[in-house]
Amino acid sequence: MFHSNHGTRRSAAAVRSSTSGGLEGGGVGSPAASSASEGSSFRPSASTFWLLLHGLCCLISLFLGFRFSRLIFVLLFSNTIYTYTTTTTTTITSTRTETLTVSFPLTHTPPIETAVKPNNSAIELSDKMLNQGSSHSQVVVGRHGIRIRPWPHPDPTEVMRAHQIIVRVQQEQRKWYGVKSPRPLIVITPTYARTFQALHLTGLIHCLRNVPYPVTWIVVEAGGVTNETASLLARSRVQFLHIPFHEKMPVEWAERHLTENRMRLLGLRVIRERNMDGIVLFADDSNVHSLDLFDEIQKVQWMGSVSVGILAHSGGPDRTLLTEDEKLNPPIPVQGPACNSSGHLIGWHTFNSIPYSEKSATFVGESATVLPGKMEWSGFVFNARMIWKEAEEGRPEWVKDLDKIGENGEEIESPLALVNDASFVEPLGDCGKKVMLWWMRVEARADSKFPPGWIIDPPLEIVVPSKRTPWQESDDLAGGKLEQDDRRFTRPKSRSSSKRKNTLPGQDN
Amino acid sequence: MGNEIWIVALLLSQALLLPIAQAAEPHTERISGSAGDVLEDDPVGRLKVFVYNLPRKYNKKMVDKDSRCLTHMFATEIFMHRFLLSSPVRTLDPEEADWFYTPVYTTCDLTPGGHPLPFKSPRIMRSAIQYVAMNWPYWNRTDGADHFFVTPHDFGACFHYQEETAIQRGILHLLKRATLVQTFGQRNHVCLKEGSITVPPYAPPQKMQAHLVSPSTPRSIFVYFRGLFYDVNNDPEGGYYARGARASVWENFKSNPLFDISTDHPPTYYEDMQRSVFCLCPLGWAPWSPRLVEAVVFGCIPVIIADDIVLPFADAIPWEEIAVFVAEKDVPSLDTILTSIPAEVILRKQRLLANPSMKQAMLFPQPAQAGDAFHQILNGLARKLPHDRSVYLKPGEKVLNWTAGPIGDLKPW
Repeated sequence: MFHSNHGTRRSAAAVRSSTSGGLEGGGVGSPAASSASEGSSFRPSASTFWLLLHGLCCLISLFLGFRFSRLIFVLLFSNTIYTYTTTTTTTITSTRTETLTVSFPLTHTPPIETAVKPNNSAIELSDKMLNQGSSHSQVVVGRHGIRIRPWPHPDPTEVMRAHQIIVRVQQEQRKWYGVKSPRPLIVITPTYARTFQALHLTGLIHCLRNVPYPVTWIVVEAGGVTNETASLLARSRVQFLHIPFHEKMPVEWAERHLTENRMRLLGLRVIRERNMDGIVLFADDSNVHSLDLFDEIQKVQWMGSVSVGILAHSGGPDRTLLTEDEKLNPPIPVQGPACNSSGHLIGWHTFNSIPYSEKSATFVGESATVLPGKMEWSGFVFNARMIWKEAEEGRPEWVKDLDKIGENGEEIESPLALVNDASFVEPLGDCGKKVMLWWMRVEARADSKFPPGWIIDPPLEIVVPSKRTPWQESDDLAGGKLEQDDRRFTRPKSRSSSKRKNTLPGQDN
Repeated sequence: MGNEIWIVALLLSQALLLPIAQAAEPHTERISGSAGDVLEDDPVGRLKVFVYNLPRKYNKKMVDKDSRCLTHMFATEIFMHRFLLSSPVRTLDPEEADWFYTPVYTTCDLTPGGHPLPFKSPRIMRSAIQYVAMNWPYWNRTDGADHFFVTPHDFGACFHYQEETAIQRGILHLLKRATLVQTFGQRNHVCLKEGSITVPPYAPPQKMQAHLVSPSTPRSIFVYFRGLFYDVNNDPEGGYYARGARASVWENFKSNPLFDISTDHPPTYYEDMQRSVFCLCPLGWAPWSPRLVEAVVFGCIPVIIADDIVLPFADAIPWEEIAVFVAEKDVPSLDTILTSIPAEVILRKQRLLANPSMKQAMLFPQPAQAGDAFHQILNGLARKLPHDRSVYLKPGEKVLNWTAGPIGDLKPW
């Protein structure tokens, strides 16, 4: 909306006079204040007094740099206790004529509007406003105060109430627009106690807690049930089953993949024994899931497949080692279903691991690229009834019986081994175009240590040197100092707080 | 004998179908305003409108000169004209018309920046009325009481963007008896005449439809607002713009995580509104804004902060049940007000907003569709029929004073 700068840009002096003039009821409406303040005679009269006051206010404002008189008037006339108005500092030149309308209830005639116009029209205007036919109209044109409460910060009770409102609104949205009859989820996770287990499992726990459907979590642990995993699960507030797996997790990646497959099959056998109902999903503990995934897999009939983004690059120096060939044909980091134009499954995208064949990691914790298998288990979901013992009505013939898998001791590489005919798998997520989970393997060295339960007990004794230690410039000094500190940790009794110069670390006792 | 069976069968099937149709969509609710359940009324057959054929200089020439008139928020006047030309309520016989429409575009004189200048608008309107009065007898028959005009500018037919000047000018004298269709509405204000029809501002429907997201996207923002809080060009200190209400919102809630408010205009503005529970619609220089239309279309509950405002189609839409009204003096406790609304009330408001007839009534689609704002205007006009006998002047009687108003308005255009 176009709004021109109504008054011309005047000096502060002129404005001040018109401001106070406005408050007086439009009597002294003359904008030519500069001449007025100078040409005032010393007759003792009210107008002289006001003119002198104007002049004083002008001078003070010139020095202070903001509209001083306005502040005075506001403080004098504002009689509301808990609200107050702001005065913001302004530069002298940016002004316009205006009226001071203070924020108190209008019990008497409203102040007149702009004092620029001659008196007659100003009074006429006020009469017109009053003659609108209602004395209830409190809406006045002109400058109003900006109301600010004394403590303009959020109140925690109100924030909680707002969150409850949002939860209720979202519940209602799910009811009308979300999945109509949601089925419970059964999530199978193979895990084992190691340094990064708490990191990965915490992320997964938080994800599962945000899933709006009932979740049963089957955690299969290699090496038997440990306190580490048990304590994490106990605090998780997710319904879980903690299943021990008799083998220990091997250190080589290839072996680890195979062991994990066996652990997942064990999970499937548990489902079969207990006849659990729902949708089976494989969530590896280091994978990253999006909540859209859980809404999408509700659509599965028997067996479905989603696209998995492969985050093989660990962000290390591998990135710069792409060969020319790789730069031309970059490895597509997605594993999942491939469809033709009419939306039918025709094949699979797999991760092109040929460029990495020499540079991939063999041991867990090695700082090299970890490669996924050909078809990751996490990209497949299926209906739990598919693996039940009794041939449920509707269970398709293209599904193999679970007991017959692995009985000859062969390794199960991918869930496609569970079915006779892979063409019946349903592609989900807009035929694989939408990536809703990411495969990632980040582990510390297999022999790395971590405090049990990630609780430091008894607390470390931290020694603070008596002198403020300067930031070390050279590495030698830093190395020497660190070694000194290290040795203090290992021998808590010898707490010496003074620095000893010229002492080689080896000689310190 | 056979006929009776058919009739009974028909009635039974109607009775059975109605509840089924309603049960299928229980996440919306029927809207019934003070005039009743009138949003879905069809005006065709209830009134007849005669469209005067004015010379090009009053309408087409202005649009040809600057086509930005077709996309700004005052484009209602142009689209109303186009709609009426091809509508079934139009009649070519003025003797049988109930209402007369004068297609004069008073808000199409734009600055280089795109803002309409209202300085010539009174003269343009006067000139159009003089043309109509001279060439057809219908104006003088009632002195304009059965004529209607579309005046979508900031303060309607007061023809000025600045409120003080608009109040001083008042509504153009010649329009004293006519019905005004305008965006501005504020109770006890000079520029809102008794019997005016308040309409929403024009917002391009295609642009809004293009940004719709799936309704299952969870609403996670509590309060949303994008716009100015201080108009630094025209009111640097605040207190004038929006009567200090927008500045008050900023100062009180800028650090509140529940309030997603800023002056930034992101490209995901429409999508964000669909992810919010409440959308603030505070006044600016005038009490109305296109935000109301956007909030209704995107299902975000509008929080109206404008004292005494009259919202569009106030007799057909029960705004108190749909929007939340907050007095300007209560802005510092806005968070308390909004968080203490019970969840059931909020869900009901969302159900009312989800009603497609509500969204249709706020839009001006081209070509016109059933139940849209054009039809609501016609419904409003139809509700004012039949004209009282007293509007027809006796021969020789004159009510309007053709020389009233500021001298500058009397110059011919």
